[in-house]
Amino acid sequence: MERIPILRMGDYLLVTIQVDMHDRLAMALQDDLTARIAKTGAQGVLIDISSLEIVDSFIGRIISNISGMSRILDAHTVIVGMQPAVAITLVELGLTLPGVLTALDVEKGMALLRRLVDVPEEGDDEDNAEF
Amino acid sequence: MTTTQQNKTLYSAIETDQANILTEWIAEQKKMMSQYGQAKEQELTQQCQTFLQHFLAAIREGNLDNMQSPEWRATYAVLEDVATIRGEMGLSPSETATFVFSFKRPLFASLARMADGNAEALAAAVWEATTLLDRLGLYTTEVYTKIREGVIARQQEDMLELSTPVVTLAPGILALPLIGTLDSARTQVVMETLLQTIMETGSTIAIIDITGVPTVDTLVAQHLLKTVTAARLMGADCIISGIRPQIAQTIVHLGVELGDIATKATLAGAFKLALDRSGLSIVKTKPALQI
Repeated sequence: MERIPILRMGDYLLVTIQVDMHDRLAMALQDDLTARIAKTGAQGVLIDISSLEIVDSFIGRIISNISGMSRILDAHTVIVGMQPAVAITLVELGLTLPGVLTALDVEKGMALLRRLVDVPEEGDDEDNAEF
Repeated sequence: MTTTQQNKTLYSAIETDQANILTEWIAEQKKMMSQYGQAKEQELTQQCQTFLQHFLAAIREGNLDNMQSPEWRATYAVLEDVATIRGEMGLSPSETATFVFSFKRPLFASLARMADGNAEALAAAVWEATTLLDRLGLYTTEVYTKIREGVIARQQEDMLELSTPVVTLAPGILALPLIGTLDSARTQVVMETLLQTIMETGSTIAIIDITGVPTVDTLVAQHLLKTVTAARLMGADCIISGIRPQIAQTIVHLGVELGDIATKATLAGAFKLALDRSGLSIVKTKPALQI
């Protein structure tokens, strides 16, 4: 059975969903991810769904569940790169995903995770905001 | 009197008197519509002739009771043309329907000449003709209304496109000044434009300014909440600004729960908050020389 790969990067786990999610795949991801968090003691999980174009209420709930489960396992989850159409669909379905952290892209998501987890950084991430 | 006989009476009345009816009819219309200028006289004559021709053919062939039958199609087509032309010229509905109704007087006069003192036959023929023309007249008004509705729908669409600009205030900060009433269709466009721009520009903060929204009811509030939630799902924060005192009162009276959405009274306040959140600031410098 196909599975979604979970990459480990230091204290963080990285998941990139690049195929259309079906229910079994989503359930498998939920199992794998919780197992990996428990095993590695990861403090942050980043899920990139920028390639996900179709979403239904089940997938929406799985996303919400994964976030809640990882919180119990003491890891923060950030969902990044949600497409406008997906966001509109979820809102119309009434799934507002309260408590789930979101970011526009992987970079901003990682920045958010770093702030949340607050691990001593090798190489300061300086914010060069120009105006 | 059977239907075929009525057909015949009506048909022969118009047929024999065709030229007279046409002249009188055109004169009648010119009297009633002063602003249908001289230049259009040619067109008017043309319209009347075509209508009369198809109308005659329809009476000869067609069923007077069932005007949905195919024989009437050509007559309806002429009326559609007339209504379209007059509707687009901006003439009133009465002026458009006059095209058909002014046909009555010359037609009845002709019928009276035909009846030759037979009151019963005249009454029957007039009744038949009136029913026919009334239905045609109503149809003209129907077409006219549809044309006008089309114009209104087109203008609404134009408005929709014009009224949802998303502007960039600073790197990573967008503003969406809303003007006019928010309905479901408009909110959909607003939401899509905003989310699309957020994705394209990678902005993390969007300010929705509702200074130009006249009223906020539960529906509008719900639309706003949906937009804010969708933006949050994508990873952007929304600030709602431009809330007037009356609107604040309405929102509380209606019991609308805005949750933890940041709200500000003015766009300036919202911009300041957005700058703070993105770690930017405005500093005072020496004024640049303006030439």
